[in-house]
Amino acid sequence: MEATIEVSGLRKRYGPTVALDGMTFTVAPGKVTGFVGPNGAGKSTTMRVILGLDSVDEGHALVGGRHYRSLRHPLRQVGSLLDASALQPSRTGRNHLLWLAHSQGLGARRVDEVAERVGLTSAIRRKAGGYSLGMRQRLGIAAALLGDPPVLVLDEPVNGMDPEGIRWMRGFLRSLAAEGRAVLVSSHLMSELQDTADHVVIVGRGKVIADVGVAELIETASGERVTLRTTARTQAMTVLARAGATVAVTGTDTLTVTGLSGERVVALLGEDAVPFSEVSAHRASLEEAYMDLTRDAVEFNAAGDAR
Amino acid sequence: MSGRDGFGQALHAEWTKLRTVRGWVFGLVAAALVIVLMGLFAAAASNFSCSGPDGKPCAGSTPPLGPGGEPVVDNFSFAHQAFTGDGSITARVTSLTAVSAADDQAPVEATQPWTKGGVIIKESTTPGSPYAALTLTGGHGVRLQHNFTGDIAGTLRATPSWLRLTRSGDTITGHESADGATWHLVGTVTLPGLPSTVRAGLFAASPHHEVVTESFASTSGMSYPTRATAEFDRIDLEGTWPDREWTGDDVGDLGGPVDRPEVGFEETGDGVTVRGSGNIAPVVAGRGGLGRTVEGRLVGAFAGLIAVIVVAATFMTSEYRRGLIRTSLAASPRRGRVLAAKSVVIAAVTFVTALAAALITTPLVRAVEVGKGFFEYPVPTATEVRVIVGTAALLAVAAVLSLAVGTVLRRSAGAVTVVIVAIVLPYILAIASVLPTGPSDWLLRVTPAAAFAVQQSLPEYAQVTADYSPADGYFPLSPLGGFAVLCGYTAVALGVAFSVLRRRDA
Repeated sequence: MEATIEVSGLRKRYGPTVALDGMTFTVAPGKVTGFVGPNGAGKSTTMRVILGLDSVDEGHALVGGRHYRSLRHPLRQVGSLLDASALQPSRTGRNHLLWLAHSQGLGARRVDEVAERVGLTSAIRRKAGGYSLGMRQRLGIAAALLGDPPVLVLDEPVNGMDPEGIRWMRGFLRSLAAEGRAVLVSSHLMSELQDTADHVVIVGRGKVIADVGVAELIETASGERVTLRTTARTQAMTVLARAGATVAVTGTDTLTVTGLSGERVVALLGEDAVPFSEVSAHRASLEEAYMDLTRDAVEFNAAGDAR
Repeated sequence: MSGRDGFGQALHAEWTKLRTVRGWVFGLVAAALVIVLMGLFAAAASNFSCSGPDGKPCAGSTPPLGPGGEPVVDNFSFAHQAFTGDGSITARVTSLTAVSAADDQAPVEATQPWTKGGVIIKESTTPGSPYAALTLTGGHGVRLQHNFTGDIAGTLRATPSWLRLTRSGDTITGHESADGATWHLVGTVTLPGLPSTVRAGLFAASPHHEVVTESFASTSGMSYPTRATAEFDRIDLEGTWPDREWTGDDVGDLGGPVDRPEVGFEETGDGVTVRGSGNIAPVVAGRGGLGRTVEGRLVGAFAGLIAVIVVAATFMTSEYRRGLIRTSLAASPRRGRVLAAKSVVIAAVTFVTALAAALITTPLVRAVEVGKGFFEYPVPTATEVRVIVGTAALLAVAAVLSLAVGTVLRRSAGAVTVVIVAIVLPYILAIASVLPTGPSDWLLRVTPAAAFAVQQSLPEYAQVTADYSPADGYFPLSPLGGFAVLCGYTAVALGVAFSVLRRRDA
């Protein structure tokens, strides 16, 4: 099966609430695709639609070109983790994996393999009700991997993990993508996807705001912004404005310059002998890039809520 | 092939789910234990003591068995002669009445619907021996009865009635006539292996007068003996009757005062008058009966059912409570198949559990009851198998009903309450004499509790007046009919469950 997810024009309403408003994107193989947006943006609903759990009013979601519900052994094609706490507390982790394995015609050996792969071997025979959230996330990942699927759909998999767990999860997701799988990972925190995602689909209010590679996104967001520290604030503003830059005062002795590269700023200040103590080109974090992109959507949201 | 393959895997998954939650396994074991223990406890807690006069065994504690193996009442006043080979006996009943026969009260008129007076051909005077009788009755006209369970209605309803029994080999034919000139066939019956010489003659019997007063949560019964007086004339004996005179016998004498003047026969001018109490009929089990039935040993079935209902409902509702339903449906996106697999697994496991419990319980409880001197109603093996297997099937189907209701409601408390109110509550209300017979019968027709009819082991007899109420173990519907009511409810609930599961977002 082709390792892709194709979401096309999903629309869904719950009474007066629009949950999905034309959600469209694709997930490519060999990459970790981040699925980011504020809570309520439609991430979980979209994932449930991909997995054939929720119906839609319009549009469709295909996995490897097929509807999920038509898959014969779905867990061998799509591994998923929606809610790590969806466990019968009195059942052991191993037995949880075992019934899932049996539903796909897999045996106990595969259960022990995935338990080992997620580092849960020592706790696998304990009742799942006693697991920490981090252990539940690992169990959920193990369940998703049972059928060795080419496509993975994971909803907030690092939620509740400790820093060590988060580091493990990042490496793990990267290795899954390196094996050629299509990995869709949702998060409401862009920072969680830093160093993990190759590509991000940013959503708000049920539709895609941006669908972009992470490198490209950071480049766009960083723009040509330079932070300048100087005691001669007025003089510097005059010189730079004359050269066509937009200058904003951001502190008692700091200016933010837009429209000129760092090198050009240094050259202009040198020509007019304006003293400065520091010039730094700004590199946006993924979080900042995300905030830039979603600002409009969030404001729109706030306005909508106030209504 | 892939379809069957997939269903096998769905079954395997659901079986793994069920067996890996300790609470459910305990619940099912508890269901089995409660069936065994309640049966044993009920037997151990009841005591039977009865002693007859002069240290003889208590009369009636072990009723005689009829030719068909069923327990019978065979107690009547008999004026008889030896009768060899083929021939006939004819007599005209000119009067049939009965009076109360309580020891301490003056007799009052008390003719019962099944007060009997007529002619009879009987293998011997031993209670339970084969017979054929053509008799006028107090309320049901002329009847041709044989071997306790056979009952054929004639057309005459009043005195005088001419009655004739004709023997030809094993075959006895009954004729009736209003005038002694025109005769109508009532029926022909066969008494296999009837010896050449039998006892034949005139008889009279009248059963107890019983009044059951019912009100909410209480039932009281009143009962007193009655004594029939049957007057015969125009007696005509054809064939070989070597005795030439009548002998009187109180067949099946219960051991009361011997030679009571009010029981027996006397020859009048051209006839015979016979006076007697009792009945010739199969025994009907009742609340006050001394006998024990197969279903009585499975009295714990309703309590086991409660445990099964809880397990079956939770088997589904816990998936909703934990959000596990999404995992299940992601693993098996064909939702009908998930529900079907769950139903098959819970039904099969419940059936095996309940069957094992019933198979253990019945012989154990029987042994305790026999040890305590109780009479065990003998029933055909097929009936005993039906009661045991039917009880297991009842629990299995009720488990599926509970699962289906759990699927629709998604809440265990709600589902368990609904199913218990639908099955267990009506059963208890009807069985425990809380409600009068009318409402009890109604409940056991229209609610899923009707399925408890599979437990009824003793038949109702039209020729015996009794309170055939659920409290006595008599259900308004047939075993299969009652079971079908439960299956119908379950089918509807499953249909709704399939439909909502398919339409609903998980």
